Amino acid sequence: MKAFIGIDLGSTTTKAVILDEEGEVLGKGLTNSRSNYDVACAIAKGEALADARFTLCAKALRGLDLGTDQHGRLLAELERIFRLAQHREQLALLRKELAAEVPALERLFPGSALASPVEQILARMEELAPSLFESEEKRRSDFFRDNAASQFAAEAERIADPQRHPYEALLGAFDKAILKVENVVVELRVADVIESHAAELLEGLGENQRDAARKVLAEAASARFDVRNEVGTGYGRARLPFHKAQIRSEILCHGLGAHRMFPRTRTVLDIGGQDTKAIQVDAQGIVTSFQMNDRCAAGCGRYLGYIADEMNLGVHELGPLAQRSKRHVKINSTCTVFAGAELRERLTLGQKREDILAGLHRAIILRAMSLLARSGGVEEEFTFTGGVANNQAAVAALRKLVEENYGQRTINISPNSIYTGALGAALFARRDVLAGASA
Amino acid sequence: MSDPKEALKDASQLRQKAMLADYFQRLARAPETGHKVVYTFVPGNLTELLLSFDLIPVLPEINALQSGMRKKSRAYIREAEKQGHSEDVCTYVKCDVGMKLSGNLGPTGERIPDPDLLLLSYTGCFTFMKWFEVLREEYGAPAVMLQVPYQAAGKYTTAQRDYVVDQLRREVIPALERISGKAYDEDRLKELLARSARAEEDLVWVLESAKHRPSPIDGYFGAVYYVGPIFSAFRGTEDAVRYYQELRSEVQERIDKGLGPVTPAGTLTEERYRLVFEGPPNWTDFRKFWSFFHEEGAVAVASTYSKVGGSYDEGFRHDPDRPLETLAKYCLGCYTNKSLPSRIDKIVRYVEDYQADGLVVNSVKSCNSFSAGQLLILREVERRTGKPGAFIESDLVDPRYFSAANIKNRIESYLQMIAQKRGDSQPRGRRLATV
Repeated sequence: MKAFIGIDLGSTTTKAVILDEEGEVLGKGLTNSRSNYDVACAIAKGEALADARFTLCAKALRGLDLGTDQHGRLLAELERIFRLAQHREQLALLRKELAAEVPALERLFPGSALASPVEQILARMEELAPSLFESEEKRRSDFFRDNAASQFAAEAERIADPQRHPYEALLGAFDKAILKVENVVVELRVADVIESHAAELLEGLGENQRDAARKVLAEAASARFDVRNEVGTGYGRARLPFHKAQIRSEILCHGLGAHRMFPRTRTVLDIGGQDTKAIQVDAQGIVTSFQMNDRCAAGCGRYLGYIADEMNLGVHELGPLAQRSKRHVKINSTCTVFAGAELRERLTLGQKREDILAGLHRAIILRAMSLLARSGGVEEEFTFTGGVANNQAAVAALRKLVEENYGQRTINISPNSIYTGALGAALFARRDVLAGASA
Repeated sequence: MSDPKEALKDASQLRQKAMLADYFQRLARAPETGHKVVYTFVPGNLTELLLSFDLIPVLPEINALQSGMRKKSRAYIREAEKQGHSEDVCTYVKCDVGMKLSGNLGPTGERIPDPDLLLLSYTGCFTFMKWFEVLREEYGAPAVMLQVPYQAAGKYTTAQRDYVVDQLRREVIPALERISGKAYDEDRLKELLARSARAEEDLVWVLESAKHRPSPIDGYFGAVYYVGPIFSAFRGTEDAVRYYQELRSEVQERIDKGLGPVTPAGTLTEERYRLVFEGPPNWTDFRKFWSFFHEEGAVAVASTYSKVGGSYDEGFRHDPDRPLETLAKYCLGCYTNKSLPSRIDKIVRYVEDYQADGLVVNSVKSCNSFSAGQLLILREVERRTGKPGAFIESDLVDPRYFSAANIKNRIESYLQMIAQKRGDSQPRGRRLATV
């Protein structure tokens, strides 16, 4: 089937979206942007293709009478088995790379013997692997690197021996190995996973249902996508292996993506890892004006990352903590580094962490409000995208300030907001082909 | 388009280079030849008057921008900051102060002599006053100030003109007589002014050639070179007259051949966007900044920066028959001395007359008096012309304020936005692979 792909190579994550001929989203893929952009793109695209095949599997199963709740269970099970198989492939790679790194680390730590403890850790990781995919809460993140790192570190800490296998040596081996693992594209076909795990997957179905389900799943999972066009966007867009005409600015992509998600959108705010964009679009999703932060990342996602580090918290913990605030503290510094200093000063003054955090969230949003004002204000409807849109404290501050400055506005936040840029890029990919075809 | 390591230069550019080399040599020899040196500013410069006394003008702004282009400004700014100038001070000032502290070597490596006089013609930039206050202390040189009334109403009155003429007579000319030891020679001034008018005529013709499609010139990045002689030490000279004649015939040839502008990467072959520019360029990354546009086929068809040394495109010419009056009118009409509404009117006229796709504002951190209100200008021009604007932020000569990735991103986004708004047909997508 015909397909169109959009890839958004961001500073933190790389996203891919696949559209079908009608422009409907078939699949979405996400990975962390590693040092090798080509690999990041290939992986995001691979993830989106797998997701597209899950979508086709879901459609195919809808035609079968499998009994109550069986459709949902089957699909969830298919995805779980696929993700676990993927994880195991990467674990095998990690095992290979660790074996290669051990001798060098042993030389670096004279008297150490690392092979056996590394094996012990890997065995434990394999044992723990299935639990990672039981539910989202069990995983630290959706990326192998993060999950493997936290499991490896925990087990290494438990078994470390200062003389024979020090913690630093074990971690050192992991850090080197994971860089290599990350730069390998694991190619796992959904169809192969269905084939090899059919019994497990189809358990609980009647014999006739099993055969029918197996047949439609195998067919759907083997679907071939005839990729008619790809458009790339994001900070790394110049690195994408595309022709210049297939590269679009992320401002245009975010505008069009937000328009697609919420067609009445006229103003878009995107707060990403290293930049903040305020965009105005017309009724067709075409950008009419925009403003970006200049020269300085204050007020971007990285600002929150920095503050989280300063407070020894995870980024995802900041919002919930800030929301507990009863009275917000006014933070004067818009500079990230100064805000860090102000934070420490206020902590020593005995002010509460949640109150200071609430002030910091407000400071970020105030920066965004200035960009919004300079781009032309906040029109109805207003769509908020980017990683910071997942932070409830930031959203609450934004709602308040928008209402104070512009009155009541509908604020749209999609659970898929991270894919806004990639969606816009995919829409451009499709639009370009249609325009070319009619020209 | 290829990107040769060395910028391609046309004949007029080579002539200009020779003129500058000769000028810096004359400056370097001034202590031996006994020529006196007057430091002054580009907007409202009184070059003909200085030359009529055989004084050599030095333009610290031009020294600063050249230091920026030669990658020297970072070190100079650091020197000035060491001396106590804050990060927020205009970087032209700091670059100039740092250059002085580092031995005052000009672009040819020869020393620029200390000023015998600081001639401050105040035309809208408040920093100019502070700058020369600093230099007065640094060099222990006398200063004379020409107070040019701001054009709040968009045009000057007879009283304002007479006020400037009166200052020229009572303060500026006596100061120049004192320094040079020569009497004011009005006939000589008239000859110089007559040559200025000839050069100005040709300059305007060249700048307006951008109304052609494709434009044979770049009216911002390219115009920086074109306005060089007339904005600096050469207005009123035979060299300047010849330079502009030569430039005009080169541009005529380009029009005849249907050629686009010369860029550092060669002749632009496809004009995809026609843009008007407001604000000075960034000098530290000048070629990179230009490449962000010419690589996308974007041409500057008009700019306000190419008018900061004189609004000749509005009809003004130096008039040899009224020498002091014409100098006064010239100073009053400088772009930096104009009100926001008159700047907006001018830009709207450019967008319309030059059939531009939009306005690009390069807002520089250094220039508070010039950058204030630029976003308002942008919005108003957008409203009146229906053409989209872009807002870029950088600086004159402080490389710390040029974020290439950020600026490129804005420019690309802006150009793609224009294409999208125009409904340009996109290249047909390529069939890639079956996966």
